Parts: sequence; structure tokens; C-alpha cells
Amino acid sequence: MLDLSEEAAKLGRQIDKKRDDLRGRTMINLFFEASTRTQSSFELAGKRLGADVMNMAIPTSSIKKGETLIDTAVTLNAMRPDLLVVRHHAAGAVELLSQKVDCSVINAGDGSHEHPTQALLDALTIRRHKNKIQGLIVAICGDILHSRVARSNIILLNTLGARVRVIAPSTLLGAGIERLGVEVYTDMREGLADADIVMMLRLQRERMVSSLIPSQREYFHFFGLDYDKLACAKPDALIMHPGPMNRGVEIDSNVADDTRSVIREQVEMGVAVRIAVLQALARNLPNR
Amino acid sequence: MPTHDDHHPQHRPLALVNARLIDPATGLDAFGGLLISGGVIADLGMHITEGAVEGAEFLDCGGRTVAPGLIDMMVFAGEPGHEHRETLATASRAAAAGGVTTILCMPNTDPVIDDVALVDFILRRARDTALVHVHPMAAMTRDLKGEEMAEIGLLREAGAIAFTNGKTSVDNARLMRNVLSYANDFGALVVHHLEDATLAQDGVMNEGEIATRLGLRGIPTAAETIVLERDLRLVELTGARYHAGQISCRASLDVIRVAKERGLPVTCGVSINHLTLNENDIGSYRTFFKMKPPLRAEADRRAMVDGVANGDIDVIVSAHDPRGAEGKRRPFAEANDGAVGLETLLGASLRLYHNGEVSLHRLLEALSANPAKLLGLGGGRLARGAPADLVLIDLEMPWTVEPEQLRSKSKNTPFDGARLEGRALVTFVAGRPVYHYG
Repeated sequence: MLDLSEEAAKLGRQIDKKRDDLRGRTMINLFFEASTRTQSSFELAGKRLGADVMNMAIPTSSIKKGETLIDTAVTLNAMRPDLLVVRHHAAGAVELLSQKVDCSVINAGDGSHEHPTQALLDALTIRRHKNKIQGLIVAICGDILHSRVARSNIILLNTLGARVRVIAPSTLLGAGIERLGVEVYTDMREGLADADIVMMLRLQRERMVSSLIPSQREYFHFFGLDYDKLACAKPDALIMHPGPMNRGVEIDSNVADDTRSVIREQVEMGVAVRIAVLQALARNLPNR
Repeated sequence: MPTHDDHHPQHRPLALVNARLIDPATGLDAFGGLLISGGVIADLGMHITEGAVEGAEFLDCGGRTVAPGLIDMMVFAGEPGHEHRETLATASRAAAAGGVTTILCMPNTDPVIDDVALVDFILRRARDTALVHVHPMAAMTRDLKGEEMAEIGLLREAGAIAFTNGKTSVDNARLMRNVLSYANDFGALVVHHLEDATLAQDGVMNEGEIATRLGLRGIPTAAETIVLERDLRLVELTGARYHAGQISCRASLDVIRVAKERGLPVTCGVSINHLTLNENDIGSYRTFFKMKPPLRAEADRRAMVDGVANGDIDVIVSAHDPRGAEGKRRPFAEANDGAVGLETLLGASLRLYHNGEVSLHRLLEALSANPAKLLGLGGGRLARGAPADLVLIDLEMPWTVEPEQLRSKSKNTPFDGARLEGRALVTFVAGRPVYHYG
């Protein structure tokens, strides 16, 4: 998949970016939760492959009017799409939906569970810079508890042979996290020691309301990525962030724009990975 | 209560012969027969054989087991207010088919059973529509809100058999103390749900590795044990009788054991789900396994089984909680809690017997004799003069749980497709057969 994504990345830098893998196919972006970059990169990926792409943003309010996820799925299924790209605020919702429709379903993030294409684009970005993933020390820092990005990255990077660490205050780690094959740190400097990759996660402000952390400034003091803490990592460590960033909350603004930061490249690779995923699926779509 | 017989001339006595009689109340396990007359057990023993009793009908049990009908202390019937999920009539048919002859229905209805008129309604609806005995439990706080004490004395007089706060704990310790003291004046049992609402907040399954992997919020076992420990201090303070409706973890069991050793008037129950299933069964977000308390780790399940085996856990309940597709076919975090269980209670319990984990005597004690004792009911025993609430059980019969075959209106069983061994063949309520297998 990463090799396929490399090809797609080249496509993105050509003048003619259009292919016809998905010509005649209908792809629906079904987003129950707002998203800018994931939705737009799926849209772009679908269009570059020639699909007819429809974006459906479903605000939570209309769900609360009574139509269940299943009803929505069945309704959309009746429109005979070939591909559904789904983001939902509840863990497991995308899998549930996939059981009720007969087209291909791509998980664009389900609650705190998984965000597989994000993990793929992160792995691609890492491999492009380090030429390997095996043996690298990857430190994932921040709100592990609520992060689907963290979960998908833990699974994928472990599979690819990286040494994965998680760094967060205990209140943001999640019970049993050590059994997911990661080394657990509650001290940023210790956790960053010798890291090849520093992957920051977004802190959602509502976490403070539920008393998981006392304040933004305290969080930044202990867990925000600044030059001081970054100095513990390897000198050529990559700085990553799935976005959107809270500058000054989990990451110092200058660090975010540092030459070692690959945050913008992650976005570019996001399109490439999604093209690759769609291409892989296109080969197996039924010709009914 | 079924009184259909009132309209008929006196039935002929019925003799169940050639049976294995098991009475968990006395430990009796003997071959013989049992004579039913006038709705009660008229006689039992070796001498009840075919032809020995003049004028009686006979049922040859073929050596199968006759035991007291099961008494299920936790059933969410849905009537009034949620009749689309279950009515007292459908719940009672499910009960009869499962060998359950008495159900206690929970006050989580709409409106809540916190008023004399509602207790009366349940009793009348049960009399008119139900096949088995139905006893309403009433809310111990108004509208189950945990703010003001309900009219416990009046509710008790009207026929409420016990008091509970439904699926929530009373978090106000002073109120809980007063409820315990006051209910005790009326000899009423308080059955409490154990979950610290703040600790369990947003939680949808057991806290731990699996919840973390699934990205679901967890509920730590401490949410249960903290409330239990507080309650036991209040029991000590008030001297009131107290029953923990369901425990689900080893830590709670340890706390109960110590309290019992100290002589506190404390008992506890466990659901059949927590004895036979664990958090792994949730797999990839299977909402039929979402319940309160949540299914716990395997070590906790094993502790629950041991607790039943050694008598530290007094009662097994079905926690029968019918939920429609509209509540279950949702993302896990948004789906309803609860599982139906009346029809599978006996068969699933017998798994523990067939595995050699719990003796038949203990199982039946937790399913009938102990609830009867706790609630002051006449059933739960095989004795002359006791109500003829009985179940004829084939301990070995294999069967597969097929949801569409269930009598409950709702089919949310976690035992979908499960192969069980042993089931009720005939169920008698007040001497009257209310269910025949096949």
C-alpha cells in the first residue's frame, strides 16, 4: 500500500493529475462529524481517479431527529454508490454501517477507535524521510485516550517493526494501554529520549472540563512540544502532527514550523494514501 | 397472580411420579413423586407412585428432575410505558417457558412505579394477563431520581415486595441511610444497584485493554465496589437488611464476604450474564453484550462463579431487559444496555453445573430457595403445603437458542445461537401447568 501511495504521490506532483480508475463510479463522503482535511483529501483523491464524488455532511442534529445510522445507511445504499467514505463520532459506527450496505466502505475515522488512512499517511511520510520504519523509535504524545490516530498508528507502526512509545499524563493514557505493545511514559523528556519520530496529538479543550488535566498552560508546560523537550529526541527527529494543531497548547508555534516538521507533507501524503486506497479498492469493485 | 382456576370446579389432583425431587431449601435429592392438589404440594416422597393415589391424574417424569419453580428477582417488564418491548403477559410467557414461576418486575417503567396506584396496576394487570406470579418492586425514591424518599410504607402495604432505585445508585449517602432505616421499619428489603455515576460517567463497557483497543470509555470495577462499601457502612449504621442487586467483580465479592463474616444482614445477586459471559464477547461492538453493570474480565467472571458455588453470592437473576432493534442497532456507545434472559436463565445456569463448576443444589438454591427466603415468599421449596410452583427439568436436553423462537417481544439475547444443555419441560404455577415443551 505504501508503494502504491508513492506512485500516487508522484501523480499529485504532475500537471495532469487525472486518472480513470474510478470512472463511472460513485463515491459518497459521509461525514457525521466535521472534518476539513480528511474529507477534502478523500474528495480530491476520488476526483483524481475520475469518480463522481458527493459530499454529505450530516450534522448531529438531524441524527437526533430520530433517523438512526442504519436508516441513513440503508437510504444511501438505495442510491447505489460504489464507495462510501465514512466518518462518525462513535467507535464502531463505520463497521456497523458496513454491515448494512453492499458497497465498499472506507473508515475515515470512527470515534476514539481508528483512523486507518491517517496511520498509512503517517507511515508513508516517515518512510519517505527515514527510508525505513523497522527499528525506529516513534513517540506518540498527548491525548492517547481519545485518539483514533494513536490507536491506528500503534497498530500499523508495530506491524511495520517500529518501537512505539506513548507519552501522556495518566489521565489521558487509557487503561491497559501497555498491553497494546507500546512503552508507556508520563514524562515527556524521558519518553522523547532518542526518539526518531515525535508525533504530537491534538488536545481537545473539552478534556479540561472533564478534569483530565487542570489547565492549558500546565499541559503545555509538561507535555507541550517546545525546543527544550525536543532536544531530548534525536537531532534529526521528525516532528509530526495529524492536525488541526493548537499552537501553544500541545506544540510550540516555532517548533511546528521548524525544518524538521513534516506536518505539511503529511497533508500531501494524505491525498496520496487515499488515492492508493481507492485504487486498491477499485481493482476489486464488482462490475454489476 | 393466576387465578384462572377459580372459574373451574376443583381440578383433580395431579401426581408427578417417577421423578428426581430436588429441594434446594432442605437439600433433598431423592427419587419419588409429588402430589399437587388445590394449587399446593399436598404430599411428596417415595410413596407417591402411579396408582398409589386414588382419583389423581399422573404425569410420569421418566426420572427427570422436579424442582421448585425459579424466582427471578430482576425483570424489566416494560409495562406500563414500554409495551412495544415487553408486556407483563409476554414476559410471563417467557418466564413460564424458562421454568420461572415468579418474577419481580423493576420499577423502571413509564411512569415509574413509585405510587400506590402503579403497584395496584401491576398487580391487576398481572392477575389478568400473566401466566406466572408477578411481584412489583417499587422505587425507593420518587421517580427513581435519588432525591426524595418514596412512600415506602404505603407502597409496601399496596403490595410492593421490595424497594430499589432501578438502574442507578442513590448517590446521596444521607438519603440512602434514611431509606435503609425507614424501609427496615416495614420489613422491606432494599435492593440496590451499584454504580458510582461520576466514576462511570460516559463509560459503556468494562475499563481495560479491550475498551482501550475499541476506543470505548471504560467503567472501572471500583465504580461498583465504592458504592457497595459505602452502603455496607450504612447497613452497619442502620442495622437494615440490604441486598446488592447485581455484583460483577471480584472486589465486590470480597467486600460482601467480609460483611457476611461480620454478621451484617447483607446478601447479593449476580446476573446469569456475568456468570457465563465476559467483556471479550463484545468482540467488534456487539451491542447485545452491552449491559449494566458491564460484562467484566474473565477473572471477575470466574470469581462470580466461585461466589455462587460457595454460597457467598445468594441469588442468580436473569436481569431480563427487553430492548428493541431501535435501541440496539446503533453504534455501541449509543446503544441501549440490557439483555433478555428469562427463557435462557435455566439453560445458561446449567452450563455451570455441566462444567462441574457449581453443584445442582447450589444453582437451584440461588435460583429459587434463596430469593424465596429473602423475600418471604412461599415458593422456592418442595414441602407439604408449599405452593405448587414447580418445574420439571430435563437436565441433559440439548437445545439451541434461536432468538425468533423466544417468547419475549424483544429478541436481544446474548445467547443467540448458543447451545445449551438442559431446559424446562413443564412449568406449574399454583399447580396449573403454564408451559409444556414442544
